[in-house]
Amino acid sequence: MEILLLLGAPFAGGIVLAVWGHRRFAPELNSGMSLLTFLAACVLTARIIADGPILAWNRAFFVDPFNVFLVALTAFVAFTTSLFSRPYMRIEAHTGRLSPNRLRLYHSMFQLFTFTMLLALLTNNVGILWVAMEAATLTTVLLVSLYRTPASLEAAWKYFILCSVGIAQALFGTILLYFAAEKVLGSGGTALLWTDLNQVKGQLEPTVMSLAFVFLLVGYGTKVGLAPLHNWLPDAHAEGPTPISAVLSGLLLNVALYAVVRAKVLVEGALGNNFAGNLMMGFGLLSVVIAAFLLSRQRDIKRLFAYSSIEHMGLMTFAFGMGGALATFAGLLHMTVHSLTKSAIFFAVGHAAQKSGTQVMADIRGLIESNPTIGWGLMLGSLAILGMPPFGVFASEFMLLTAAMHQEPWATPFLLAALGVAFAAIFGKVQPMVFGKASVERLPHPPALIPVFVHLAIVLLLGLYMPPYLAEWYRQAAALIG
Amino acid sequence: MPSLPLWSQLINLLAALLLLLAFAMLTQRRVLSLIRLFAAQGFVLALSTLVVAYTTNQPDLYMSVAVTFGLKVLALPWFLHWLIRKLNVQWDIETVINIPVQMLVGIVLVIFAFNLAAPISEIAGTITKSTLGIAIASILLSFLMMIARRKAVSQVIGFLAMENGLFFAATSATYGMPLVVELGILFDVLVGTLVFGVFFFQIRETFESLDIHHLEKLKDR
Repeated sequence: MEILLLLGAPFAGGIVLAVWGHRRFAPELNSGMSLLTFLAACVLTARIIADGPILAWNRAFFVDPFNVFLVALTAFVAFTTSLFSRPYMRIEAHTGRLSPNRLRLYHSMFQLFTFTMLLALLTNNVGILWVAMEAATLTTVLLVSLYRTPASLEAAWKYFILCSVGIAQALFGTILLYFAAEKVLGSGGTALLWTDLNQVKGQLEPTVMSLAFVFLLVGYGTKVGLAPLHNWLPDAHAEGPTPISAVLSGLLLNVALYAVVRAKVLVEGALGNNFAGNLMMGFGLLSVVIAAFLLSRQRDIKRLFAYSSIEHMGLMTFAFGMGGALATFAGLLHMTVHSLTKSAIFFAVGHAAQKSGTQVMADIRGLIESNPTIGWGLMLGSLAILGMPPFGVFASEFMLLTAAMHQEPWATPFLLAALGVAFAAIFGKVQPMVFGKASVERLPHPPALIPVFVHLAIVLLLGLYMPPYLAEWYRQAAALIG
Repeated sequence: MPSLPLWSQLINLLAALLLLLAFAMLTQRRVLSLIRLFAAQGFVLALSTLVVAYTTNQPDLYMSVAVTFGLKVLALPWFLHWLIRKLNVQWDIETVINIPVQMLVGIVLVIFAFNLAAPISEIAGTITKSTLGIAIASILLSFLMMIARRKAVSQVIGFLAMENGLFFAATSATYGMPLVVELGILFDVLVGTLVFGVFFFQIRETFESLDIHHLEKLKDR
C-alpha cells in the first residue's frame, strides 16, 4: 500500500525524531525518512499514471492526476529541503542559536508537517482536509518561533492568530458545504467525501454553495497568502529558520491553494456560472499588484522573497480562477516551477545569510567572490523566479499571459506592470548582493548547494523541453479542474 | 409530535443564553471571569447539543456531547486556569476601551448575522434552524473580542469562543458534522490550546508581560 507508506513514513519519522532529534545522526535520519516518503510518492505516481485515479481505504483516500502531481512535488521538495537543512541546522547549532531540545523539536515537526501536507492532499474528506490544514499551522508555528527572539515570537503569534481565524472561516465554509451536501447525499460520513460531492455537484443548493465558497476562499486564502490577508506571511518567512521558509513557500501555500481549487470545482458545478472564478481572479490580481509594489520597500532578504511568493501565489490563483484548459495548465506548471525555484532560492539565501551573519540585504555583499556557488545559485534562482527565459517560470507566465489576453484582456496590463515592477525590485536588490564588494566569512560546515542546482536544473528543463508524459499529466489534471 | 415545540423552545432558550454569554465575554475585563464565562458557554453548548441529540435520536451526537463536555467544560478551562495561575496573571484587569461602542458594534453584528442566516435557515430542515443566526452572531462577536483585546490570554479565549460558535453552527444547521471530522476538529483545538500555552511562556520569558503591544513591532520599513 503506497498510501500507507507515504503517510506512515513522515508520521513515524515525527515520532522517532521527537526522541532522537537532537542526536548527531538526526539530520541524516530526517533525510532518510524524507527519502522514504519521496520513494513512496514516486511509486504512487507511477501507479496513477498507469492505472488512473484510485480510491482507497473505504474511499477515505482519493488520488487523481491533480493531487498526485502535488504529492510528488511535496515529497520531492520536502526531501531536498531535508538535505539542505542538514548542514544548515548544524551551522545554526554550531553558532549557538539552537539548543539540542529545539533541534529535536525542529526535526520532529518537520516530519509531522510533511505528514499533514500529504494527508491534506490525499484525503477524500473535505472535513479531514480542514483538520490537516489546521494541523499544518500547529506544526509550523513553534518552528517560526524557534529562535525565541522577540521578532520571531511576534511573527509566530501573528501567524498563529491570523491563520487560526482564517481557518475558522474555512471551517464555517466546510459546515455550509456539508449542509448543502446533506440535503442531497443524506447525513453521515459520506456527505463530505469529495468524490461523492463531485458527482452530485449540479444538485447542490446554489445560495448556500456560493456563501460556502466565500468563506472557504477567505479561510484557505489566508494560508495561500492572498492580499489583503497576507500579513502573517512575510513575518513568518523572515523570522523562522530558512528550511521552514522554504517549505512554507514551496509546500504549504500550494496545498492551501489546492484546497481552494477543489472547492471551486464543486461550487462552479453547483452554480453554473463563473462566480467562484471571478472571486479568485479578483483576489489573485490584488495579491499580484500589492506584492509587486511592496517588493521594492523590503530590506530583509527573506521578506523580499516572501513577498515574491505572495505575488506568484496571486498569479496562480488568477490562473485557476480564469479557468479553461490553457490557463489551468499554466497554473499547474507555475505551481511546480514556483515551488522548485522558490525553495532553491531560500536554500541559497539561507547560506548567504549564515555567511554574512545577517538577513539585511544592504549588509550582504559580494557573494560571487567569497562563495561563487552560493552567488550563482542566488543569481540564477532570482533570474528564474523573475521569469527570464529559458527557465520554466517564463513558460508558465507566458502561457498565463496568453490565456489572460484571450479571456480577460482587461487584466493583462495589470499583470504585465506588476511583473515589470517585481523584476526591477528584485533584480536591483540581488545584483549588488551577488556582485558587490565582498564582506563575508567562511562557514563552519560546507553548505548544501546540490539541492539548489537540482531544482534550478529541473526548472530550466521544464522551460526548454517538457517531456510528453508530463505534459499529458498536466493536461489530465487541468481537465479535472477545468 | 406535540412535544417537539417544547424541545425546540428549550433549544431556543439555550441559544439565547449562548448569545448572552457571548456579549458578557465581550464586556468582561477580568481574565479569571472570562475563563468562567468560557466554561459556562461550553456547558450551554453541550446541553443544547444533548437536547438536539435526544430529540432527534442521533447516536453520533451523544459522542460529541461527551467530548464537548470533557474538553470545553472541564479540560480547557482547567488548563487555562492552571496557565494563568502559573503565569501569575489571574488578577489581571484589562483596560478595554469603549465598552458601549463595542456593545453597539456587537448589536449591529447580530443583526447582520440574522440577515446572513435567513436564507439558509429557510432551507434547513432541522428543528434547530432558527438558531443558526445566533450561531453566526456568536462567531462574529468572538471575532470582535479577538480584535478588541490586547492581552494574549483574552485573545485565545476569544478564539476558543469562536470555535464554540462554529460548533453550535454545525449542530444547528446540520445536526453536527460527521464524527471523524468533529473529533479531528476537537483534536486540533486541544493541540492548538496547548501550543498557545507554550507560547504564553515564551512570550512571558521574552517580554515579561503578556501584552500584545509588544508584538506589534514587525512592519515593512
